[in-house]
Order: sequence, then C-alpha cells, then structure tokens
Amino acid sequence: MSQELKKLVRRTLESQSLGVLATLDKKNPYENLVAFVSSKDLKNIVFSTAVYTRKYANLKAFPQVSFLVDTRSNSEQDFHECVAVTALGKAKEVGKEERDKILRLYLKKHPYLEDFVKSPSCRLLKIQVKKYIIVSEFQKVQEFSV
Amino acid sequence: MFILPVEEVRENHRLLVGGKGFALARLWARDLNVPKAVCLTADAYRSFLVQTGLDKKILMEIHRKSLDNARWEEMWDTALRIRNLFLHAKFPRDLAHAFREGIDDFFHDTPVAVRSSALGEDSAQDSFAGIHESYVNITGIENILKHVKLVWASLWSDAAILYRKELGLELKKSVMAVVIQEFVPGDCSGVFFGKNPMDGDQSVIEAVYGLNQGLVDGTVEPDRWILRRTDGKVLSHATALRIKVILPSRKGVHLVKLDPKKAQVAPLSLNRVQAVFILGQKAEESFSQPQDVEWTFRKRTLYTLQSRPITTERKDRSKDEKSWYLSLRRSFANLQELQIRIEEHTIPEMISESDTMAKQDLSGLSDKDLADEIQRRKKIYTYWVDVYSKEFIPFAHGFRLFGQVYNDKIHSEDPYEFVELLRPRSMFSLERNRMLQDMAALIKLDKKLAQKMRDGRMEDVKHPEFQKLLKKFLGEYANLQIFDELDSAPLKRLSRILLELADSSPHKQEKKLRIARKPISSEQFLSKFKKEDQDYARGLLDLGKFSYRLRDDDNIYLGKIERQMNRAILEGRKRLKPRFPSRYLKCSDEQIIKCLSDKKYIPTLERQKRTQTQRSVWQARQLKGQPAGKGLATGDARVISEESDLFEFKKGEILVCDAVDPNMTFVVPLAAGIVERRGGMLIHGAIIAREYGIPCVTGIADATALIRTGDSVTVDGFLGLVIIEHRKK
Repeated sequence: MSQELKKLVRRTLESQSLGVLATLDKKNPYENLVAFVSSKDLKNIVFSTAVYTRKYANLKAFPQVSFLVDTRSNSEQDFHECVAVTALGKAKEVGKEERDKILRLYLKKHPYLEDFVKSPSCRLLKIQVKKYIIVSEFQKVQEFSV
Repeated sequence: MFILPVEEVRENHRLLVGGKGFALARLWARDLNVPKAVCLTADAYRSFLVQTGLDKKILMEIHRKSLDNARWEEMWDTALRIRNLFLHAKFPRDLAHAFREGIDDFFHDTPVAVRSSALGEDSAQDSFAGIHESYVNITGIENILKHVKLVWASLWSDAAILYRKELGLELKKSVMAVVIQEFVPGDCSGVFFGKNPMDGDQSVIEAVYGLNQGLVDGTVEPDRWILRRTDGKVLSHATALRIKVILPSRKGVHLVKLDPKKAQVAPLSLNRVQAVFILGQKAEESFSQPQDVEWTFRKRTLYTLQSRPITTERKDRSKDEKSWYLSLRRSFANLQELQIRIEEHTIPEMISESDTMAKQDLSGLSDKDLADEIQRRKKIYTYWVDVYSKEFIPFAHGFRLFGQVYNDKIHSEDPYEFVELLRPRSMFSLERNRMLQDMAALIKLDKKLAQKMRDGRMEDVKHPEFQKLLKKFLGEYANLQIFDELDSAPLKRLSRILLELADSSPHKQEKKLRIARKPISSEQFLSKFKKEDQDYARGLLDLGKFSYRLRDDDNIYLGKIERQMNRAILEGRKRLKPRFPSRYLKCSDEQIIKCLSDKKYIPTLERQKRTQTQRSVWQARQLKGQPAGKGLATGDARVISEESDLFEFKKGEILVCDAVDPNMTFVVPLAAGIVERRGGMLIHGAIIAREYGIPCVTGIADATALIRTGDSVTVDGFLGLVIIEHRKK
C-alpha cells in the first residue's frame, strides 16, 4: 500500500510545474505559486525565490511550510479524479556542497528559469519533507511520513 | 520530416516548407532555372525548439513585458536576447545527424544561400520581404548549420516581432522553415516587379552589378527600367550612379567599388531586359498573379532565385513610432556614411550654432528685437530637434549592429558584453561629474570652505583652486538649465549638490566597478576576423564606439542649443517682471513674445487644474522591468517630477524618474539605485548606471506615479525588479 501511495505522490509531483507554498507572515498564513521539482526519494522539494520577497522574509523568520500540489483541471471531474498532495516540512537554503546537483535537477524540469535561478539575488531552497498528506476521490485522505 | 528537396515539394507541403520554399518548388517544376535547393521544414524548427527548451525560453522572453507597452529599444533587447539563445543552443544529436546527412550529401562543399521561409511568409496578404534574414555564400556543413540558427533567430528580430504583431498574427505560433539553395555568384542581379504599384499597366526591372544584396537593403543604387506590362516594351530607363557593388568574398559578401569601366555601362543590355521580362511573365503564369522575382545572370545564364506575389497596398504606418524606427535600420555602409556626416558636419554645426547664440548680447536688444530673437531661437531649436531624430537616433543602430556581430564572433553568454568594448575614455556627462566631484573633494578637505557652502555664501569663497574649478565648470557646463532659473539662486542649488557629493565617495565607487569587470580588448575582438576582413572589423568597431559615445553626447549638444533658446526666453521674462510682478514667472513662451511685441497686451494665466492623485487602497509592491545595471540596493526613493527635485537629492537615495536625461546625470553618483520608466538596456540612464556600478532597473511603467518620494525601495538590478518595501506614512 505504502509503495502504491508513494507512486501516486511521485506521479502527482512530477505531473505539475507549480505548487502552492504556504509560509507564515508573523501570525498570518501567506501563499505563493512556485515552480518546483521533487527528489526521486520524495525527501526534498526544491523551489527558488528572489531574496526581496515576502515569502523569503517569512521563511527566514519561520521555516516551517506547507506545500500543496494538485491535479485539478477546473471541471466537475476534479471531484472524482483530482489528487491533492500536501507536503509538510521545513525549508532551508540549498548548501554549496549540493547546489550544483540540485540546480541541475531543478533546471531539467524548468530550463527556462535558468537566468532567474542563477541570478545573485535569487535563492534555491529545499523543503525537507516530514510528511505527505494525500487527498483523492474527493474525501479519501491518506498520509505517510518520509 | 526534417528535410525535403525542392523537387519533392508537393501542394500539401506548403505548411511544411513555408512560402519561399513552396514558390521555389513551383518555379522548379516550371523549369524556370532555379538553383538546386533543399528545404529544412517547419518540423525541423519545432523539433529544435522543443529539444533544446528554447520554445519555453522564447515565451519567457516575449512575455517579459507586454509588447503593447514596449519601446523599440526594449524590443531590440528582447530580440538580442533571443538571438543569443539560438547562438548558444546546440543541435540535438538526432537533428544534427539528420541535417548533416541531408544537407552535406546534397551540397558537399558547394557554397549555398541560407534563406528564411517562414510559414505565412510571402503569401499574397502578408509580405515579409526583408523582414527575416538570409545569408549567401556559405560553405561547409557546420557553417550552414550556424546560419540556419541565425535564420531561425530572425523570426524573433524586433522587426519580425513588430510586423507580426501589426498583422495580428499570434507570436507563439510563429514557425520558420529554411531554404538552402546553391549559391550563384551572379555578374548582374536584380528584381522584377510584374506590376508597378504606381501604374498597373507597367512592369519594373531593377538591376545592379554583382549580387543583389545591396539592392535589397538599399546600399547599392540600381538602374531601373519601366516596361509596358502587355508586351515588355521599354518605356524608360533611369540610370543609377554606379559606384559600388556587392561581390562574394571568401566567406559571405562584401561591398567594394565598382570597376569604373563597368560603371559606364548599364548592368543589363536590352536583350537581357527582355529575358528578365519573359522570366517574370512565366513566374506570373505559374502563380496566376503578378510576382516580385529576384534573379541573377551568371555569364549567359539567367537564374530565378525566388519569387513572391506582389502585396496589395500597404497601410500607412507612418504614425507608428516603432515602425518608423524599424524603417530606419541601416546597413553598415549607410551607417558609415551617417557617421561621416555627423562627425564632419552636424556636430560642428551644432557647436557653432550654440556658440554664435552664446556670444550675442541679449540685454542690448530692444523688446521687439528680443521677441524676434526668441522666435528665431525657438525655430533653430526645433530644427535641431528634427535633425536629432533624423540622424542621431537612427545612428544608435551603429552600436546595435556592432553588438550583433560581436555576439556572432565572441559567443559570449552575456548578450551585452559587447558594451565593454565600446565604453569611451570620456563622456561629457562623466567629465562634468568628475569636475563636480573634484570640487566636492576640496570641500571635504577644507572645513572653512564647507561651512561657507553650508551658510549659502558660495560667492564669498576665496579658495583659489575651488574658484578656478567653479569658474571652469560654469563656463563649460552651464548648459544645465537648472542652474540659471529665475526663482532660485543657482549657486545655492549647486552648493547643495556639492555638499552632498562631499559626503560621498563616488570616485571609489567607480574604481571598484572597473576592477570587477573583465574587459575584452579590441585586439581580441579583431583577432576573430580574417586578414581580408580586418578593415571591416576595424570600421565596425570605430562605428560602434562613436555611436555609443554619441548616445550620451548628442543630448548635450542639443542641450547647449536649448539653453541658448532658454537664455533668450529668460531675458524676456526678466523684462516682464516690472510690468507683471505676480505673473511673469508663469507666462508661457508665446505670452512673453506677445508682451514684448505689444505693450498693451496683458497675459491671462490659465488656471492650472489640480490633478490630485487619489491615493487608493491599491499599492504596488513589486514592479517588473529590465535589469539594466547589475546589483542590489535599498534606499529611500527620490521621485523626480520636476527639475528642482534633483536638488533635494541626498546620498544613498534611489533615483526614480521618467528618463535619466544627460543633463541630470550629476546626481547619479549620489544615487544608490536607479529606477526609470523608459525601457532598454542601452539607454542613457542604463549606460551611466553601469559606468558608476549602480543597480538600475528600466522600463517600469508609471514608475513616478507608483513610487513616492520617501518610500523604501529595493532595486534588484539582477532580476529587473523594484520592490517597494514600505509606503511613506
């Protein structure tokens, strides 16, 4: 079962370019759409952001995040077919030692973001995922820890 | 299907090989002596884009800013970046293999022409003639592949983007096929118009010696024959000044002087005129409509190079500024001629004009004569503004052309690296700033001097070195109008700026920046050219440098003339003071002239509408523009709405303005960052920002409305973002 669920998560993450990143702005939640890539073992989700953004400031103050990826198509079918994956974890900047490897992975999925992500005012971050919560078939909720 | 020889092209291949490829196939089928050719299909283009990821990168570039709001300079920047993407993209293995096999087998080492054949190109409705690139006399498979990429890239040139936009074509659906055709080094070439647009009963033939590239881009003037459309009878022959000719060089083509003996004889005999006419008629029969045919004679053989339908009347686009600029794109030869005119005539005339006006004693003129003089000077100024737009603005294409050649040769990842080679040793505005900084340095060292400046007693300063500098500054650069307005003591304003400068260290900033750069030497650039192309390369470098420097200095020459116009207006305004003490400052130029000419005239002032910008709940948080000067800076915004705002400028503030005018560059060393409404990587503000190493973002629409003086603003000169951190309370 757990393998099937992992496959579903992987498939969902690989099928989407953008996910919703939720950070905390003092006491208020704050969300952004970000371009992401996930590692094969599902332990990390990588995204990038410019440094002078609210989300970056929020993450500096409070690194816990929730990250949503879903397959909705804005139609009635979504209630039966849509899969929503929420990853919970902690975001941190990608360290020098692994930057090249992670950057390659990220740019393989988003080659058009090369200029953006290589800019000195941009940061590459990874969410170290603790837990995935998977919602499918409208109300079927499953979860697993990484 | 990636490659299709022209003889295999069928009716259903039109969307695969594009208009030009399709027309060639039809001419081939009619035995109109078309040089052998293969088509690289639209599928090849699409596959290249998808496999290299360029499809998405191009979309990112063209959606960077709405093209409706983009200035021509920004469109050029977009085109430059896309062109560089093509230059750096490597052919995926399977494509390279297919191309090599298909092209190499066909041509081996025969020189070819690599021509654009965009889908929809040269159809009856939309003539793309001259919009996309074609290259001739290209030899060797690697060289051909490189030029295929350049032809593909030309689908995204500023001209092509604009033209498709005007035609209402969807940009993201644009596709380009390419025709690779055996190159015919013709002795005489030209075009045939089946139907003269001026008179439907006539056909026209234009012919030049050598290749027809010079005729197409306007570098070589052609002989012209007007013929009766029904039977080809020659109605008239207009001879050209036959001076130049385009001939094949070892690689490509070059423009040389025409042999004087040949210059005496028309490029076509009457028999040959008839042969071209018959060819044109056959082409018309093939397509059932009048054609625009390119042809060439090689010895006794007449070849058909391409044919396209003559488009119906084009709509008048003269009012469209962007199209106007594009129409001014010039060839290297044109630009060189323009350089000579500007250097030898225009600039000396502008200097002489302003000097003559400067020498005139206006205070000795009667009121009536002064009114006439104001009018005369206004006319002079208008005349030079016109010259400016006709000569100096198109001349900016000099460094653009250089940039394109540089990128082709050097393959730098940074498409703007070429600017490093063009940076002048001196620029007017930088020299002026250096003088201000020298004065500021003296203030910094001398406490008494600083105190006098703070007390507003600049005229009491006895410091000989400072006095000398000040005198020199006012003498040379007093064209800054802001220093001689009526309502404020000019020296007071100057001293405020000097005190701010004394508090900063711009020299250091400049130094730091220079070290951070890795300039490329002229020698390195020139070494990329073969011996026979050295003259061309040197000429291009010279053109680029002059054009780049003029981008800054031309405004200053014009500024000097404007100042002399304003000096006369100022004199007039002063004379009105006793008559209209409460309104003399607010009179328009026309009212001043009327008051001076007619003693009874009383000016009525228009009540100025107070446009109070309603502060809505809506606020801009992050604005997107172009990264025109690298770096990050945060500071309080100083929005320049009028010239007097400049004198409030404090060290470390962010300069927010409509456009950095060369006459306001003196505050730049004080600024931590620059935000400009006017867009472009190579506009004056961006050039100066880079000189001082100041982060700069250009092309922020409504910058001066969305940002307010006092806002805390971050300029991200890497990503082209402006982040408004806090609003002023």
